[in-house]
Amino acid sequence: MAAISREEVAHLARLSRLAVTEEELDTLAGQLDVILQAVAQVGEVTAADIPPTSHSVPLTNVLRDDVVASCLTPQEALSGAPDAAEQRFRVPRILDEDVAS
Amino acid sequence: MTTTLPAYDEVVARYEPVIGLETHVELGTNTKMFCGCPTDFGGAPNTRVCPVCLGLPGSLPVANRAAVEATIRIGLALNCSIAQWCRFARKNYYYPDMPKNYQISQYDEPLCVDGYLDVEVNGEPVRISIERVHMEEDTGKTLHVGGATGRIHGATESLVDYNRAGIPLVEIVTKPIPGAGAMAPEVARAYVTELRDVLRSLGVSDVRMEEGSLRCDVNTSLNLPGEQWGTRTETKNVNSLRSVERAVRSEMIRQASVLAAGGRITQETRHFHEDTGDTTSGRSKETATDYRYFPEPDLVPIAPDPTWVAELKAALPELPRLHRRRLQQEWGLSDPDMQSILNAGAVELIEATIAAGATPTAARKWWLGELSRRANETGVELADIGATPVQVAELQGLVDAGKLTDKLARTVLEHVVAGEGSPAKIMADRKLEVVSDTGALTAAVDEAIAANPAIADKVRGGKVAAAGALVGAVMKTTRGQADAKTVRELILERLGVQG
Amino acid sequence: MTDLTSFSAAELAGLVARGESSAVEVTQAHLDRISAVDDRVHAFLHVDTEGALDAARDVDSRRAAGEPLGPLAGVPVAVKDVLTTKGVPTTAGSKILADWRPPYDSTIVRRLRAAGTVMLGKTNMDEFAMGSSTEYSAFGPTHNPWDLSRIPGGSGGGSSAALAAYETPLSIGSDTGGSIRQPGAVTGTVGVKPTYGGTSRYGLIAFSSSLDTPGPCARTVLDAALLHEVIGGHDPLDSTSIPAPVPDVVAAARLGASGDLTGVRLGVVREFAGEGAEPGVLAAFRAAVETLTKLGAEVVEVSCPHFQYALPAYYLIAPSECSSNLARFDGVRFGLRVGDDGIRSLEEVMSATREAGFGPEVKRRVMLGTYALSSGYYDAYYGQAQKVRTLISRDFTTAFDQVDALISPTTPFVAFQVGARTADPYQMYLADLFTIPSNLYGGPGISVPCGLADGLPVGLQVMAPTMADDRMYRVAAALESAVGPFTPPAL
Repeated sequence: MAAISREEVAHLARLSRLAVTEEELDTLAGQLDVILQAVAQVGEVTAADIPPTSHSVPLTNVLRDDVVASCLTPQEALSGAPDAAEQRFRVPRILDEDVAS
Repeated sequence: MTTTLPAYDEVVARYEPVIGLETHVELGTNTKMFCGCPTDFGGAPNTRVCPVCLGLPGSLPVANRAAVEATIRIGLALNCSIAQWCRFARKNYYYPDMPKNYQISQYDEPLCVDGYLDVEVNGEPVRISIERVHMEEDTGKTLHVGGATGRIHGATESLVDYNRAGIPLVEIVTKPIPGAGAMAPEVARAYVTELRDVLRSLGVSDVRMEEGSLRCDVNTSLNLPGEQWGTRTETKNVNSLRSVERAVRSEMIRQASVLAAGGRITQETRHFHEDTGDTTSGRSKETATDYRYFPEPDLVPIAPDPTWVAELKAALPELPRLHRRRLQQEWGLSDPDMQSILNAGAVELIEATIAAGATPTAARKWWLGELSRRANETGVELADIGATPVQVAELQGLVDAGKLTDKLARTVLEHVVAGEGSPAKIMADRKLEVVSDTGALTAAVDEAIAANPAIADKVRGGKVAAAGALVGAVMKTTRGQADAKTVRELILERLGVQG
Repeated sequence: MTDLTSFSAAELAGLVARGESSAVEVTQAHLDRISAVDDRVHAFLHVDTEGALDAARDVDSRRAAGEPLGPLAGVPVAVKDVLTTKGVPTTAGSKILADWRPPYDSTIVRRLRAAGTVMLGKTNMDEFAMGSSTEYSAFGPTHNPWDLSRIPGGSGGGSSAALAAYETPLSIGSDTGGSIRQPGAVTGTVGVKPTYGGTSRYGLIAFSSSLDTPGPCARTVLDAALLHEVIGGHDPLDSTSIPAPVPDVVAAARLGASGDLTGVRLGVVREFAGEGAEPGVLAAFRAAVETLTKLGAEVVEVSCPHFQYALPAYYLIAPSECSSNLARFDGVRFGLRVGDDGIRSLEEVMSATREAGFGPEVKRRVMLGTYALSSGYYDAYYGQAQKVRTLISRDFTTAFDQVDALISPTTPFVAFQVGARTADPYQMYLADLFTIPSNLYGGPGISVPCGLADGLPVGLQVMAPTMADDRMYRVAAALESAVGPFTPPAL
């Protein structure tokens, strides 16, 4: 049985903001299936009581003093922008009013 | 929908509301949450940005100690437990005001948990349970261009300024608050008010709702008595204390009308509109993004040293509720008197006025009298009226010294509010000082007597009441700047009559 | 005079310091070499001729003025195109950054400049460091100087091929699952993945933040150590940077070069010494083990039972982090934008931009990671992989109770033909089978040439405990002193 369906791959592409083509979807579905079957091996390990590792360095409380540092100039900040206007980054109209916080 | 909305009384007679509040506070640190860019307000677009808060490839965050400390202090003030160990998490979603397309926040390991805040609603104590207090970063600001109203719909393009991106935010989330009944809107308002006062007393934020440094989302649901809690909506964009109350009330009424018509409430985000007092539907939560939270690998865990937490706890200022109770005793006020001060938002103003030298009675008189009246008339917050506690104390000092009459003092205050400077300066500039120079006053009295011999004779003849006309004449020549009582005594003295 | 490109970095630094060669001469010799061979090797994406000569002139004038010079002053270095360089193109091998000139320097590049090294340019790589052959570069593959029809490894194939082609004596790479060590092995050069946190990630375009480790590449162990010393050490701009001095890797390399490993206990990882590697690789590895024994090392076999799960765990953790790290490439603040025709919405433009800007391997990993982090799958995939990561680290610490360092072949196979493994992505992943465990654990690893198989280089990997980078330098330098040198055929 396939680990992932073509529909799920299409959904992942949308979530990942990738406008993949139909042919690509076919290829990707097959490839992701092979990869997922292989990586699913992690499930063979008995690890219920094992704490997860998110960081390999044993550091905590790395904090910065609240002191102002130098900023970029607006010219530097906007230097790589594909489009800018009024010293701001210009983007096409936004469809989705998806504001989280 | 053309359905008539039910009356609020009918709503609360039939349904029980459950509310919850999520409050975002912009901290008043010098620098952003994860970089050294300044947080000051109102710079030209994209002038307070660096590779980190612009999310440029390769840049990395480093957490601001002052922001972590402020969050712990907020947690302590809200009686929370402080986590011994917690991590930041990435909240993944795409939006152009978020430079990295993920927000660094906290997910299942908030810095502070399980607290409470005691508030008073109409003199009755209510305990609001706090679920969590966590740290995150603010987004940039998007300007929608081409639409009729500057809103997102109908806009042809948008312009993004990242000055605000990365400013430290603390999110404070209550547990669901059932049982408030008809008082739910007032409870919501009282909570946000008290929270604002606590945050202000901690000095962690300027807590200005209008400027967005304190932002509130209100969750509301209704259920029939004895039944499970209903589906909740989340109302965003609630930007004043008054709006908090209105948003809860209007959402309760709206939900009741949907339920009464046999409809069902959709779990969704709604937007509050200050102008109409209504909420309108935003994004439906049922189709909401999966945020794919995972521990932020670029930041190491926060494990506050218990000694540090104990030090912060010991150094907390007196919290507003206790502070108010102490003030009430010191000022010798009755509960209703204190309540009227609270309702006017005048506690700190009066306190500062007393600190600047006025008596409690005088301070209360000015702030609850003349200044409150003006604030109501012009629709501004008392604190923003334009007169400072120091100026009010100075004004009262001038009255006490006999340099201003009560009436003159009110005139001076008008000019203070208009921004003309200190009371003493205004009094001098506008020559409003009481004429206390006896020589000048005697001359004015003699002049009045000479000009009105008939009246003077009547007074000499024992009709003391007739002296009022002479007083009026003197007041006229001194342009009201003499003390009427003094003038009267002087007239009688000059006419050889006992007062 | 012998061609300046044939010298080691240590020798070149000496020539410049003594005034026997100017930094400009050294730099020009390498720029000339690049002009002569790079059309065939394609190690460089960008050669900063003017910047390099300016930096060289600066070193020469400072020397003339009697100012003190750093230990590598005047020595050329090539930088993997994944590190930001202010005003100098930085692409991460991706079309999505084809025209990007960062407004800031990465910490490593800043330290390289401060040390007086001369940056020649930026080297080719698999797009966003995802790959093991440099074939996933959006700008065409790099070729292995040992055989131009073969791959130079990856993702940092450009940095290693540039060394093997004598275009530079030093280069910088980044190693997330083996991207420094594996190219080092297949090009017959030295590649070092330092302890995670031992070198700053500030300005390193992130692939997988909890694994990415920049490090030095060179033709000799001593040169790698000298470069390591220059770029390593605490950086307050990287929260995961370890606030401790760099282990004394230069002294360790010099000590190892004496060829005496008496008292050193080495562990052969049983799980990596049998199956999974080509016979020629295993033969060269076994010969190297014998050599190490002759040098005085005590070699024992140790078992690391969870290493077999390192590859699957890695291919969950790295894609998960990358799916989030690469979200910022959206055509808003920098880089490519596609399809902005005044009609399409931001969402459509963003999706079109990412579709056009990312290559197939990047898309696969972004989607795989998005999947592994989704609610409903998180616990079974990402969460479980993090637990396996803990077990792999425990295997390391148990092993280091018994031995000073672990050894294995660096990679299961020698350089393969261009195109041989692109059809099946998972076959490509196997190239990092032996290097991935160190990344999951965070400890350092080095690949040092140990022999040839069918005329192609084979690397030996030495893995050490975290912050004990010096141990592996000593072992690698001893082996280097006893075998080789391995010089590719003339180009």
